[in-house]
Amino acid sequence: MSLLPTAMINKADAAQRRQHSYDEGEITKKRSVCTHCSVGCGVVAEVQNGVWIGQEPSFDHPFNLGSHCAKGASVREHGHGDKRLKYPMKKVAGEWQRISWDQAIDEIGDQMLAIRESAGPDSVYWLGSAKFNNEQAYLFRKFAAFWGSNNVDHQARICHSTTVAGVANTWGFGAMTNSYNDIHNSKCIFIIGANPAEAHPVSLQHILRGKERGGKVIVVDPRFSRTAAHADHYIRIRPGADIPFVWGMIWHMFQNGWEDEQFINQRVYGMDEIRAEVAKWTPDEVERVTGVKEADVFQAAKTMYEHKPGTVVWCMGITQHTVGNSNTRALCILQLVLGNMGVSGGGTNIFRGHDNVQGATDFGVTSNSLPGYYGLSQDAWEHWARVWDVDYNWIASQFDQASYEELNGSPVSPMFTNGITVSRWIDGVLEDPENITQKDILRAMVLWGHAPNSQTRGPEMKAAMEKLDLLVIVDPFPTVSAVMNDRQDNVYLLPAATQFETYGSLTSSNRSVQWREQIMAPLFESLPDHNIIYRFAEKFGFADQLCKHIAVNDGEPLIEDITREYNRGMWACGYTGQTPERLKLQLANLHTFNKTTLKAEGGPCDGEFYGLPWPCWGTAEMKHPGTHILYDTSIPVAEGGSPFRARFGVEREGQNLLAEGSWTAGSEIEDGYPEFTSDMLKELGWWNDLTAEEKAEAEGKNWKTDLSGGIQRVAIKHGCAPYGNAKARAIVWQFPDPVPIHREPLYTPRRDLVAEYPTYEDRRNFYRLPTRYGSIQAQDFSQEFPLIMTSGRLVEYEGGGEETRSNPWLAELQQDMFIEINPADANNAGIRDGRQVWVEGPEGGAVKVMAMVTPRVERGVVFMPFHFGGHYQGEDLKDKYPEGTAPYVRGESCNVVFTYGYDSVTAMQETKVSLCRVRPA
Amino acid sequence: MARMKFLCDAERCIECNACVTACKNEHEVPWGINRRRVVTIDDGIPGEKSISVACMHCTDAPCQAVCPVDCFYTTDDGVVLHDKDICIGCGYCFYACPFGAPQYPQEGAFGARGKMDKCTFCAGGPEPDNSQAELDKYGRNRLAEGKLPLCAEMCSTKALLAGDGDIVADLFRSRVVRRGGRPDTWGWNTAYKD
Repeated sequence: MSLLPTAMINKADAAQRRQHSYDEGEITKKRSVCTHCSVGCGVVAEVQNGVWIGQEPSFDHPFNLGSHCAKGASVREHGHGDKRLKYPMKKVAGEWQRISWDQAIDEIGDQMLAIRESAGPDSVYWLGSAKFNNEQAYLFRKFAAFWGSNNVDHQARICHSTTVAGVANTWGFGAMTNSYNDIHNSKCIFIIGANPAEAHPVSLQHILRGKERGGKVIVVDPRFSRTAAHADHYIRIRPGADIPFVWGMIWHMFQNGWEDEQFINQRVYGMDEIRAEVAKWTPDEVERVTGVKEADVFQAAKTMYEHKPGTVVWCMGITQHTVGNSNTRALCILQLVLGNMGVSGGGTNIFRGHDNVQGATDFGVTSNSLPGYYGLSQDAWEHWARVWDVDYNWIASQFDQASYEELNGSPVSPMFTNGITVSRWIDGVLEDPENITQKDILRAMVLWGHAPNSQTRGPEMKAAMEKLDLLVIVDPFPTVSAVMNDRQDNVYLLPAATQFETYGSLTSSNRSVQWREQIMAPLFESLPDHNIIYRFAEKFGFADQLCKHIAVNDGEPLIEDITREYNRGMWACGYTGQTPERLKLQLANLHTFNKTTLKAEGGPCDGEFYGLPWPCWGTAEMKHPGTHILYDTSIPVAEGGSPFRARFGVEREGQNLLAEGSWTAGSEIEDGYPEFTSDMLKELGWWNDLTAEEKAEAEGKNWKTDLSGGIQRVAIKHGCAPYGNAKARAIVWQFPDPVPIHREPLYTPRRDLVAEYPTYEDRRNFYRLPTRYGSIQAQDFSQEFPLIMTSGRLVEYEGGGEETRSNPWLAELQQDMFIEINPADANNAGIRDGRQVWVEGPEGGAVKVMAMVTPRVERGVVFMPFHFGGHYQGEDLKDKYPEGTAPYVRGESCNVVFTYGYDSVTAMQETKVSLCRVRPA
Repeated sequence: MARMKFLCDAERCIECNACVTACKNEHEVPWGINRRRVVTIDDGIPGEKSISVACMHCTDAPCQAVCPVDCFYTTDDGVVLHDKDICIGCGYCFYACPFGAPQYPQEGAFGARGKMDKCTFCAGGPEPDNSQAELDKYGRNRLAEGKLPLCAEMCSTKALLAGDGDIVADLFRSRVVRRGGRPDTWGWNTAYKD
């Protein structure tokens, strides 16, 4: 009799035999990529008789060299899928009923078409996902465009939207500039507002390798995190005081002449205005606002100056603030001051969150852009209409024909205005229709691969879900959306397949595009996301337009055709060279890539960087190797070099915005230059380098819109970057705060600082909604709610956590939702370690969680992880899940207590600073 | 002949629990049984260190010395294994073990321990290599497949090393030389005295 290890395991519905078997059926190996974070770790799956029976280390993989974290080491559990949503379901009179796909699509589609008729296309919200692969993300954005609305978004809004906005507006692209592997070469690793030891564990392999080669690790965080435990220098900071801290560091740099004068003169615009602001942040004032002593700030500044190149790493601790965009820009400026940009070992290594949040952002699953960061201008729509080969006027006719906003004094169609953001969709439902700049409120909500518990203001979200006419959830799991509301009817659950049940490309944090193979067929009745998109398109009558140049086999749009289609349109960020063939060739030759430089040494991919990190310029025939390190002028553009992008004009107030005395190696223009257009080629006398076909296409176009790729090819042939060669800008004159300045959080305990450092004034219309700032900050909540509340991640879980809490190998390791509280605060409130407490917030939300009494947080600060769900204000919602789908571990969502607050540029939610009180339960 | 050893580099361990879930994955170890776990000391304060711990496969293993039914044996590779058909679940090995490795399924009436379970260094048990019986009782036998323990192979930061003790020591020594610090071969003084 066998007692262990299999005796206590129930048989899975999905897999007849879960254990490895040695004697039946051929075992094949499939290569995929972990779906849990942006590092992009290679996964090797062993498959026998269609069942995923084993997981082996992917030693050849350049990013993880076989390694995984707890989540990555457990992905085979996806092959069991015990807790998966198994078939389409519908809630009728409070009960879940199984229905067919046909019925589901028909009923949902009919209701949406009726809503469209009465309230307009903007009353349906298409919330997409960073869990899509690139092809699905692209198809989803195109689908939303054909539906006729910009009310489409995904997780990037609430994780790194402020990075994308802040960083792109500083030097061109809003992405990680170097790579995880490149940190091997860093002499200083400055980590602020990030806990990669838990959120990106395999990145620590690279960080520790850098450290062991002599790099100094500095960690700045309100918590003594698992990452801080490996730092040479840990600095505790008050949540929400990042800009004063960074200005405090730069103050010492300017004071001591540690800035890189030559770099600033050649490649940076606006540093004088930064100097003026930084001068205000004397050591005393920095300590008063941040709580950090001068010696610590000075030491951090000195270490960065003495150990170059240094890299800066940040995550949600920087981005999720009302001043998130300013935070990200301040850190860019820190690197510009030190001249740490465009060098190996330097850069801003911004660790993205989900496995394909970079790709989903690039493909425009956002309410403010079409794929490729083209924006929503008429030019952008015309560009994509050409790529899609559909009539621009037909697309325009799909949108609401009325106008609700003005641009430069004239009315503008909703086609050209930013849609509602995922952070605020609840206000799109609850706000007075008079105050919303679209035809009507949101009436149908589609949560497609998105956890609701990762968004703030839980009680209002519950009310919004209950007010909707129609709630549709498309996901491998029912998610918290299925249970957190008290709807009795008209909730649909559609089972989506995971990325292990389909194939295609994804973009990891460092812009590397990787190809996944399919490991197994979709489990149960689930369908891959692109199949579901296609079914809706059929229902809405535009499937033929959607897949005009994409083969459809048995209801499945061909992934490779989708890749080829976006290759024809994504010129602006260089997604044109990554064809399916090139990506698959790299997948077959992982072992040929250097594990530090990411460059293939010999073999069929010789000279290419792994994943052809974008920008991978021109057509695939150009064989561009991709760009490992952005803004590196030491190598030619053709080999992956690049200058800062000329994105903001050529001159401002008489000052030159183009680079001066700096250019990429081999450039025939030995100075700054603007972005390339057909006219510029003619002026330079390079027009005749184009072929006749290229000329016909390129006439009147620019590097972003010339579908032949000729303009890019010729620019690069002459050693130039298609997007120009400019200075980075330290001031972003279009933003509410051109120079990043400190503003106290809306819910601040430091009332003494509010008058000096106030937040913004309330705004009338921001992403179609009124948005509050000053009117909230004006109220003092700190007497009743004295503790600063912040949130973050645990290594075992991801995002809203439904998938990982349904995985028993992970769930066993974290069984209780908890709050970290300092011993002093616990003793003052009569709280004991391990006991239940109520955490109450100023907007009325309350959660019952376990106290973890620990000095990890300082006095006055509490921390909660955000991965839990399935409890609501003290009640376990287990019985509200469809039978057999409740996750093993359920708990309160901290976002029930988290409060209002949105970044002034992107409407990113504020989840890193709020207030609360804690009492024994 | 190889002498298999584990080594966890405390300077690199980040308590990510990859080793724990890799073990669960590979051997389908049930809920409540942990052949490997990560222990953290000084949690939340400077000096915090984590170590991944499992059976260290000791020389002159104390578990073997105290076992009343003599169910333990040491393989030619130095791996300490046991025979579940002989084990009576008495728990003596748990008291003898300096690393807290032995585990007992929490099933049955009156707190009966059930057969002891522990890390096998991914080397199975006494049944024929890679047989179904071995798989059912002990999990997968990676050593017989020419592989090393999955926990170490998947370690996120390469903190946990497994393999021939000489090679593990060489790897670790070069790491220590590179970082210029004091060696911290946690547990080796206890496990591998000579």
